[in-house]
Amino acid sequence: MPYDTLIAPFTDFAFMRRALAAVIALSLGGAPIGVFLMLRRMSLVGDAMAHAILPGAAIGFLLSGLNLFAMTTGGLIAGFAVAILAGVVSRSTGLKEDASLATFYLTSLALGVTIVSIKGTNIDLLHVLFGNILAMDDQTLLVVAFNATITLLVLAVIYRPLVVESVDPLFLRTVSRAGGPAHLAFLALVVINLVNGFQALGTLLAVGLMILPAGIARFWSRDITGMICIAVVSAAVSGYAGLVLSFQTRIPSGPAIILVAAAIYVTSVLFGGVGGLVRQMFPGRHLEA
Amino acid sequence: MPAQLQFRDVTLGYDRHPAVHHLSGEVTQGALLAVVGPNGAGKSTLFRGLVGILKPLAGSISLDGLDVRDIAYLPQSADIDRSFPISVFDFVSTGLWRTTGLFGGIGRPARDKIEQALSAVGLTGFENRGIGTLSGGQMQRMLFARLLLQDARVVVLDEPFNAIDAKTSADLLELVKRWHAEGRTVLAALHDMELVRAHFPETLLLAREPVAWGATAQALTAETLMEARRMCEAFDERAAACAADNLPSRAA
Repeated sequence: MPYDTLIAPFTDFAFMRRALAAVIALSLGGAPIGVFLMLRRMSLVGDAMAHAILPGAAIGFLLSGLNLFAMTTGGLIAGFAVAILAGVVSRSTGLKEDASLATFYLTSLALGVTIVSIKGTNIDLLHVLFGNILAMDDQTLLVVAFNATITLLVLAVIYRPLVVESVDPLFLRTVSRAGGPAHLAFLALVVINLVNGFQALGTLLAVGLMILPAGIARFWSRDITGMICIAVVSAAVSGYAGLVLSFQTRIPSGPAIILVAAAIYVTSVLFGGVGGLVRQMFPGRHLEA
Repeated sequence: MPAQLQFRDVTLGYDRHPAVHHLSGEVTQGALLAVVGPNGAGKSTLFRGLVGILKPLAGSISLDGLDVRDIAYLPQSADIDRSFPISVFDFVSTGLWRTTGLFGGIGRPARDKIEQALSAVGLTGFENRGIGTLSGGQMQRMLFARLLLQDARVVVLDEPFNAIDAKTSADLLELVKRWHAEGRTVLAALHDMELVRAHFPETLLLAREPVAWGATAQALTAETLMEARRMCEAFDERAAACAADNLPSRAA
């Protein structure tokens, strides 16, 4: 029965409702950030940053066990330190941000796993690496929702300089000093949303709910506003469908969500209206003008 | 005419190596100045210094009370990410930055202005096209539309007619002359000597060091052009500190 499969899990279990609310909040905050990461050619920078928050979260774990609040605080501190350092270094030396981050994130990942192993078990390690959205309590859900709200508000403030800096950075520098602060604020938003995703999807998949929807959106819209809307919707749909899949099949929730997003991505690559493969193979007859 | 821009023994460059060396002189208000010189002569560097993207290694540039943000600057278009999903209309609308800022809306009057600017460069009907679909000439027209909206007292154009066909060049040159007629100060880096001789009253011939600066007929002679050609392009990695100024201490 469709009702039993698709809706009953959420009416019957509070933890499923909390998880659903969490993925929707994650989609609203993370997907727009993912679109900008992709357009600024920083997709892998997001991935590197996700690993960079791990030592902070791990120290939080070391001090107070699997306390999401402590791990979030630690992750935020570590992430901000890296984001600001990387941003400042690349702005003042001209070194590409991905270059300065690449060595850093490998070190961070190794360091983080080491710190968790000092105190924790393999189960704890799995939790840190892949998250567990089904274990989310009310307090954590509030933190996630708060972070998503902050993200949307800050994004509204820096939206214009962020767009102009992405398309024509020299022009922005000649008309405004907002470029630098907007870039740093953007990196801060990346960190906030990675820490948010960290709760649900763990350090290895946190960036997934940001980047995959952005990749999907690229195949359906030529306009940044359209892309952001499509990315948010496809992230939320992936989250919902992933939770249902996880509930019905016992696939862990994080990987289930990312796999659904990946399925939508593959569909978009094949059938997307903007540059999809099928569209390229059968473009229809050429136009008159 | 009062001076709009003053270069006081200015040296601009990268990593302590000068690309424009000891330039002094002034551009009067309303001047139409061509900046001419071989590749690597420092034309773009000079403009970058002028609009505040590059800090002088020594000397100074004064703008007669203008803020650098009052200068409209057309960089070489290679710096624009043409794959970014933004429409021609939205791109051109950023020319209104000084009035809209971070949050200002684009109301009916602003929309009319944008439409007029697009029509002035012959891009009516392109409003909703993505910038990635434009040809080189259309791209340049779009950038000129944004310059029109910036409505600046000083306009700085870095090789505005490069790789542009004759029709587009002629159209855009008309806009340049219109700015001149409106009393704006216009500086343009150019390679086409015929065009400079025909339309630009004043010329700065640059070959890392100023070779000649003045009325175009006097600045562009066979001798000065030959001298500019002899310019050495390469940086000398072992060059000593410039004796004409105590460069490291003045670099800040």
